[in-house]
Amino acid sequence: MALEAVIGLECHIQVATRTKMFCGCPAEFGAAPNSNVCPVCLGLPGALPVANRAAVDAALRLGLALGCEIREESVFARKNYFYPDMPKNYQITQYDRPMCEGGALPVALAAGSRGFPLIRIHVEEDTGKSFHPERHGDRRISRVDFNRAGVPLLELVTQPAFRDPAECAAFLTALRRLVRWLGISDGEMEKGHLRCDANVSLRPAGQSELGTKTEIKNLNSIRGVERGVTAEIARQNLARLSGERIEQATLLYDADHDRLAVMRSKEHAHDYRYFPEPDLPRLRVEAAWRDEARAALPELPWTRAARLEREYAVPAYDAQVLGERRELCDYFEDCARGADGKLASNWIMTEVLRMTNERGWSIDDWARRVPPDRLREFLARVSARDIPGPLAKQVFTWLADEEGGVAELLDRHRVRVQASRDDLLPLVREVLNQNPGPVAQYRGGKIATLGFLVGQVMKKSAGQAVPQVVQDLLKAELGGQRPPS
Amino acid sequence: MSARESWRYSAARLSNEVRRGAVTAMEAVESGWEGPAREWEARVHAVAHHDAAARAAGSRAAVKGPLAGVPVLVKDNLCTTDYPTTCASRILAGWRSPYDATVIERLRRAGAVVTGKGNMDEFAMGSSTEFSCYGPTRNPYDLTRVPGGSSGGPAAAVAYGLCPVALGSDTGGSVRQPAAFCGVFGLKPTYGRLSRYGLVAFGSSLDQVGIFARHAGDVALLFETLGGADPCDATTRRTAAPDVSGWDRGVAGLTFGWPANLWAEGVEREIIEGLEDAAARLERAGARRVTFDFMPGEFAVATYYLVATAEASSNLARFDGVRYGFRHDDSSDLRALYTRTRTGGFGPEVKRRILLGTYVLSAGYYDAYYLTAQRARTRIRREYDQAFEKCDFMLLPAAPTLPFRLGEKTEDPLAMYLSDIFTIGANLAGTPGLTVPVGMTPEGLPRAVQLLGREDGEPELLRAGRAIEVGGEPARLGRETEREFAWPSKR
Ligand SMILES: [Zn+2]
Repeated sequence: MALEAVIGLECHIQVATRTKMFCGCPAEFGAAPNSNVCPVCLGLPGALPVANRAAVDAALRLGLALGCEIREESVFARKNYFYPDMPKNYQITQYDRPMCEGGALPVALAAGSRGFPLIRIHVEEDTGKSFHPERHGDRRISRVDFNRAGVPLLELVTQPAFRDPAECAAFLTALRRLVRWLGISDGEMEKGHLRCDANVSLRPAGQSELGTKTEIKNLNSIRGVERGVTAEIARQNLARLSGERIEQATLLYDADHDRLAVMRSKEHAHDYRYFPEPDLPRLRVEAAWRDEARAALPELPWTRAARLEREYAVPAYDAQVLGERRELCDYFEDCARGADGKLASNWIMTEVLRMTNERGWSIDDWARRVPPDRLREFLARVSARDIPGPLAKQVFTWLADEEGGVAELLDRHRVRVQASRDDLLPLVREVLNQNPGPVAQYRGGKIATLGFLVGQVMKKSAGQAVPQVVQDLLKAELGGQRPPS
Repeated sequence: MSARESWRYSAARLSNEVRRGAVTAMEAVESGWEGPAREWEARVHAVAHHDAAARAAGSRAAVKGPLAGVPVLVKDNLCTTDYPTTCASRILAGWRSPYDATVIERLRRAGAVVTGKGNMDEFAMGSSTEFSCYGPTRNPYDLTRVPGGSSGGPAAAVAYGLCPVALGSDTGGSVRQPAAFCGVFGLKPTYGRLSRYGLVAFGSSLDQVGIFARHAGDVALLFETLGGADPCDATTRRTAAPDVSGWDRGVAGLTFGWPANLWAEGVEREIIEGLEDAAARLERAGARRVTFDFMPGEFAVATYYLVATAEASSNLARFDGVRYGFRHDDSSDLRALYTRTRTGGFGPEVKRRILLGTYVLSAGYYDAYYLTAQRARTRIRREYDQAFEKCDFMLLPAAPTLPFRLGEKTEDPLAMYLSDIFTIGANLAGTPGLTVPVGMTPEGLPRAVQLLGREDGEPELLRAGRAIEVGGEPARLGRETEREFAWPSKR
């Protein structure tokens, strides 16, 4: 009996707001422990939450981008359980009336694009961070940092729509791109901006009802999700083969050892005693707010990639790479408008990305140094074959490091592009005189030798000659002394 | 009268004397301590924490504002930076809040001085102020009787003269019932009119900060000073608080409901006499009585205890020994830390309610209890709305009995819960209620009535309270404090 895996994901997205979800503390990462705290996020007696509109707006934008139904009145709820990194011993979240329901995320897979359907997206608060026991003599001490407590989170729950771990990875990659695209989150899994739990069950292929599922927590990289889910599918397969029943459980994935450990079995499942949060009024997203957010939504990555392909005649692969980041798309379009799209895409995908990577610049850093009009001028010169290839890379580096247009840069570096017959003829003749062998070969009919001769001239010109002109001159010279037939 | 006697003044007069320099803020604050407190405090035990240095520091800043120099005892569940805030619970022993509750901030800004923290039932759970880790407060009119609760300390302090006004909190009658037992005014405002920020939560959807005073006019003065939206409390209303400046306008043209069916049985004779007395005073002042049957949801008590305990079980989860307050030291692991801290830190009534509330919210019981209670609550609100279509306010008992004796109900939680029967409706409906003293019984216990108003009906309640006040003898200890309330010449 063939078994198929059914996987659902539960993703937590840390929203990059200035302040926390329910208080005015900075929501920044990396401050000294317990420095970004106040009575509210420490859960001091008497303190009350007030919802952060910016975080709700982020949920709204994500919901709209994914085509969710936006609830005009959603309800905050308390999820009750005791844990030291949770100051109130309950988490303010949403339960039976979440802000967004339905919707789907389009994901580009090898077999084409597919929309993975969602169940819901809701707003909640993050917990603090525990640091586990240190020994101090015969005492063990745990520490808690509440800087993260109360940082806004969006929880996104998918339908159990995935059949293999690679799909999960592709989904997360697409989700990460989207949250960055919308400016909702930095989306770095290593920093916990994006966290993921997976529900895994097996069932006979073709059967519609679901098998008993287990939940894997602590999947803190895209690769970790893929490997954790793979491990769990293997574990369940093995268990079934040996006739064991799959028990409902919560597992922890240990990425270092590629191992799963049971964290909680079903008997120890929490009863979270959800009930509506009485300290907060219903969360109202009026039609006007929703419509305004919808209108302000940027063109979404999947639509934009398709348009780049169409409008700028770039290959699908280029459109995907450029479509990875919104600011990259913006830069590309600003450079490619009215220019050679493919040429722009080549330079941006190879040279711009290489240089920004090497130097640790963002695309915005790059665009400040080389605004689109400067790159456009450069591309136009390259396109018109005004700048020889090897020289172009050099000019490109000057462009990044210095100010001024192409002509100014060439002047500053005392480079005179040798494009005229008068400049180049002496060099061409010199090369022909020094290379009787190749000349003879060419005349003997070995046309490919021309390339070698062009190279020699280029070398002599220190890369400043325009290859097309050199080639024309060489042909003329060689033709002038036509080989005996 | 000398400055030493200034404890007898109303808050309005006292602040006027302070503003014009006749009495210093320090004298105003200390006169209650040097006068009546010397005689009464050790016997009544209204105060949980006080500190002469903190009072002195507070007095130095208190020379301006509508409450300049007015001492205010505040219930021990309101956060203050200058005194511990412990909710009369061992679990918060010694805890000092790093922030002031919004109402405390507003008191201070108005020139008032926090004169100490009032005793209470632990976490406001109780109706007698016997469930306090500091021991019970006694009724100053009869030391064998309770002052009511849970805000028994503030009520008793205003009654015996420590301060002219005090703050409590009212989740199911915790201001109105002790006000009745101690013969003072007690207002529970409309839900959302006074900020809850800094009020240690019991039942968040029911809790309101309440005001004790010896005069209707002082209730109005405090309501004006404290009321209004608070950006730190999302459940406060954004609209302007109702204008209570007309509290002395009389009641001519107002209609009051007389739901006599409510006291057909189970209400003590003296209470009914108090109601009749109050009704007669109102009618003499020009108000019209309409009699109708009022059944504020037969299930109000059950509904109240489901909602309040559910919310409390979650609100009190934060007291776990991890971050503040009492921690059981001898704990080998986290579970032991939680269990031992909470077992040792909470008193019996608090534990009872946490258990009840946890049960109410448990999977499998939630629909039957919590959801049913929410539906009942909606119905109760509607019944209140309908009643206020027939009248401007209703006259009700504040409690079915006169102050009962210490120990009388501590062993019978249900009997204790039923003493809230006339007050909890207003918390479920979110509407205001005002306790008004109506003279004394022949044995010398205070009698009182409760006025219930519609949402934002504080102006009518205060007008009626004032009419009852001027219509007869007030119930005041030895009638020592000033009988007549008068607005100071300059406000
Ligand atoms: Zn905070």
